[in-house]
Amino acid sequence: MNLPATSSPPSHRRYFFEKFGITERLLERCLGEALSAGGDYADLYFESVTSTSLGVDEQIVKSASTGTSAGCGIRVLSGERTGYAYTDNLNPDRLLHAAKTAALIASGPAKRPVQGFIEAPTADLYPVPLGGFDLDLAARLELILRADRAARAFDNRIVQVRAGYSEELRRILIVGSDGAFASDTQPLCRLNVFVIAKDGQTTTKGSAGGGGRAGLDQFVGSKSPEGLAQEAARGAILQLSAVPAPAGEMQVVLGPGWPGILLHEAVGHGLEADFNRKGTSAFTGLIGRPVASPKVTVVDNGTMEGRRGSLNVDDEGSATQETVLIENGILKGYLTDKLSARLMGTANTGSGRRESYHCIPMPRMTNTYMLAGEDSPEDILHSVKRGLYAVNFGGGQVDITNGKFVFSASEAYLIEDGKITAPVRDATLIGNGPEALKYVSMVGNDLKLDEGIGTCGKDGQSVPVGVGMPTIKLDRMTVGGTGR
Amino acid sequence: MPDAVSVHDATPLDLESLATDVVKRAVEAGASDAEVVVREGDEFSVNVRMGQVETLKESGSRALGLRVFLGKRSASASTSDLTADGIRQVVDGALALAKVTEEDPYVGLPETEDFGAIKDDLHLYYEDVYSLPGPERIEWARRCEAAALTADKRITNSDGGSFDAATGSKVLANSRGFVGCYRSSYAGVSAAPLAVDANGQMQRDGWWSSARCFAHLESPEAVGIEAARRTVRRLGARRVPTQRVPIVFAPEVARSLIGSVFDAASGDAIWRHASYLAGKLDEQIGAASLTIVDDNAMLLPTGVGGFGTSPFDGEGLPSRRTIVLEKGVLRNYMLNTYAARKLGMKSTHNASRGLAGAPGIGCGNLYLEPGTQTPEEIIGDVKAGLYVTGLMGFGTNLVTGDYSRGAAGLWIENGQLTHAVEEITIAGNLGEMLKNVTAIGNDLEFRGAVASPTIRIDGMTIAGA
Repeated sequence: MNLPATSSPPSHRRYFFEKFGITERLLERCLGEALSAGGDYADLYFESVTSTSLGVDEQIVKSASTGTSAGCGIRVLSGERTGYAYTDNLNPDRLLHAAKTAALIASGPAKRPVQGFIEAPTADLYPVPLGGFDLDLAARLELILRADRAARAFDNRIVQVRAGYSEELRRILIVGSDGAFASDTQPLCRLNVFVIAKDGQTTTKGSAGGGGRAGLDQFVGSKSPEGLAQEAARGAILQLSAVPAPAGEMQVVLGPGWPGILLHEAVGHGLEADFNRKGTSAFTGLIGRPVASPKVTVVDNGTMEGRRGSLNVDDEGSATQETVLIENGILKGYLTDKLSARLMGTANTGSGRRESYHCIPMPRMTNTYMLAGEDSPEDILHSVKRGLYAVNFGGGQVDITNGKFVFSASEAYLIEDGKITAPVRDATLIGNGPEALKYVSMVGNDLKLDEGIGTCGKDGQSVPVGVGMPTIKLDRMTVGGTGR
Repeated sequence: MPDAVSVHDATPLDLESLATDVVKRAVEAGASDAEVVVREGDEFSVNVRMGQVETLKESGSRALGLRVFLGKRSASASTSDLTADGIRQVVDGALALAKVTEEDPYVGLPETEDFGAIKDDLHLYYEDVYSLPGPERIEWARRCEAAALTADKRITNSDGGSFDAATGSKVLANSRGFVGCYRSSYAGVSAAPLAVDANGQMQRDGWWSSARCFAHLESPEAVGIEAARRTVRRLGARRVPTQRVPIVFAPEVARSLIGSVFDAASGDAIWRHASYLAGKLDEQIGAASLTIVDDNAMLLPTGVGGFGTSPFDGEGLPSRRTIVLEKGVLRNYMLNTYAARKLGMKSTHNASRGLAGAPGIGCGNLYLEPGTQTPEEIIGDVKAGLYVTGLMGFGTNLVTGDYSRGAAGLWIENGQLTHAVEEITIAGNLGEMLKNVTAIGNDLEFRGAVASPTIRIDGMTIAGA
């Protein structure tokens, strides 16, 4: 998967036209059928995904699988209503039937879609060679075998190692009744390592992963198989000597990178426009108001080259962008898609995403991160008398309506008199979204993005995302351990 | 709007012959064994928000997955393209991948004599889930939301009411001669209202009813009123101080603990040493009052198959009942064929099978056997404690047993539920928590595949203000 000869946008379109016999005339007929009972807007979303995954387990290449899926989702918008139908059979009859089903949402005189399509030029954030990637399995196997060797060599207390590699190539074609026409080819790959460490009666786990929308050459440095394997093994060994996490409110320092999941849960979801349009978010009506300390600026940026959360176009065919969510502590804007932008009378931020052609698009995040501040990470740690330093996390979750969010620390340490001391066992941190970031008192100069492992779930739909953050200090946060 | 119609015309028989045909092709192409799963499904859903239809979705799809073996090597492939071309690519793709894998002495289909399926009707499929005409389905969603919106004047907003229906067919076939097929159905109605208190603080909660047959759904009004009750009782929520007190888990959250016990007893976690229960078979790991059963052949008291019921498991072994915990003693690791071979045991017929990849391990109908106390009696015995109705996050570490999750609920004072509680965590260790179960309710009800009565656990830590 080396990336020299880059593609030009028309090749994405050509893929659907050639492989599935799609024609512009058929697209126009389907849109016409979709608007046959009226409605404000209709679109067709064609998707074709091929995926491959390989796994080594107990030093044996035990698993290999491949999958393909293709289909089309047809949507009709009428006021606040959405009609949706999909088909995994791309014959004209099936497409027209799906269009007819989606059309049932509206009830009025037929509308005529705009004739002729205009494909706007898009960014090229993850160049894909013409004809797709090669499938050099040996090179991919080598990655997981190297990870397996490195993890086992790290420490003889590492008793189990699993390494997995997965990649997918997702091709999409979107046409709208407004004449919009967009296509994209989106690569995504990921390398993961899981280990178990055992010492006497104590057993612990560790994991690490990395990836993005780029070729195999991204797996170098901290994302090399050795780098990830050592990171996973180090985490598991560290946990062997962990003490119970403290319980209660205290100062919390979050390390750079993946701990940015704080932003995703505490503010990101609450700023998705669908919740705010309906008044169901704890952030509803807070535009222009302070929701964080003045040191805090948070953006969502879908235009970063090669990153897991990046997209040339969203799943409605709109170009992605950098959207400022919070600027110097003031709430600036929401993440919108076509429906919410139209209903709220705001600009579309290109945030309409969906898991697959089975799903209705919704406003979602891409890569969400906090801009760097001026403090050195050392000064931040030295300023804490007693607290928690959390550098790695598992998943998180938020209740959009009351704003309460959690995220679970998988690597954290006690801070005593400005020094990092004992590692602590897993603990969940909890806070209130519109309040939590007001307690950010120091922001580090070490902004880092995660290694490319995030998957975000909303309404049962999963999409790849990124997060990032510099080291920050929160003067108050609740740590859910069992200790004193 | 017409009634839902399948956008595919295949009958289950067609799917069976498709599956056996693909098995045959894989063997002809060189596989020493092959296993095929075919799935077909139709879905309908409508969401009504503030009295207006918000989304209406109706569709169907099908897909096929193939697992091949070359001696002790194996690989898999899946596709949504069931044309001759698509099938050829699946067979070729799986075999090509199997050649790059390595020999694993434990891999392979189950022993031929172990295959089988329950012959009795398990009552999994009811055509009546699609019996409501389109406009009445919308009406059910509207009625459910309306009941919630009018139940209390503090209910001011809503994420809507919804009605869903689905049917599906699943076929499993392999080169040892097993062919199994079953159809299943689902219908559901739900509401998700929002309430606001005098300080402008909003809360959202919801409730639902789901069943395999439409006739067994609760009325939309009953569901909407319960959703409103649950939402309003969260108003005025506040934090409580960090402390150790008894915690009473309501059934809808207690079931996640029972699910964690199953996951920790799952053979894959056991042979990897990735579970705190590894090596503890036949040991007392919980209170003597705890008996946990997994039964993937179960009929509900209504005579209908449970949501975890099926005639055979993901590898074609007949469904059955397995005791996980008996009076607190770990009686079985939960196993598919692979994990069983790794541990030198027999499968408990708990293989789960997606389209791609090797079978996993999954529960059927998993439940904690009820006790004798009513939930009111259990709460009534608590001097000061927390009644948990909502949990957040993924803070369950099955390797160490460490448990730490966000929680919301109601404070118990002198045996009475008082104010709502939120923005706190509850933490402990599963090993100790199971031993510290001090009360089990008599209120077991299957609202899903995993069910638990109310349970009380002592000794956990609340982290709060």
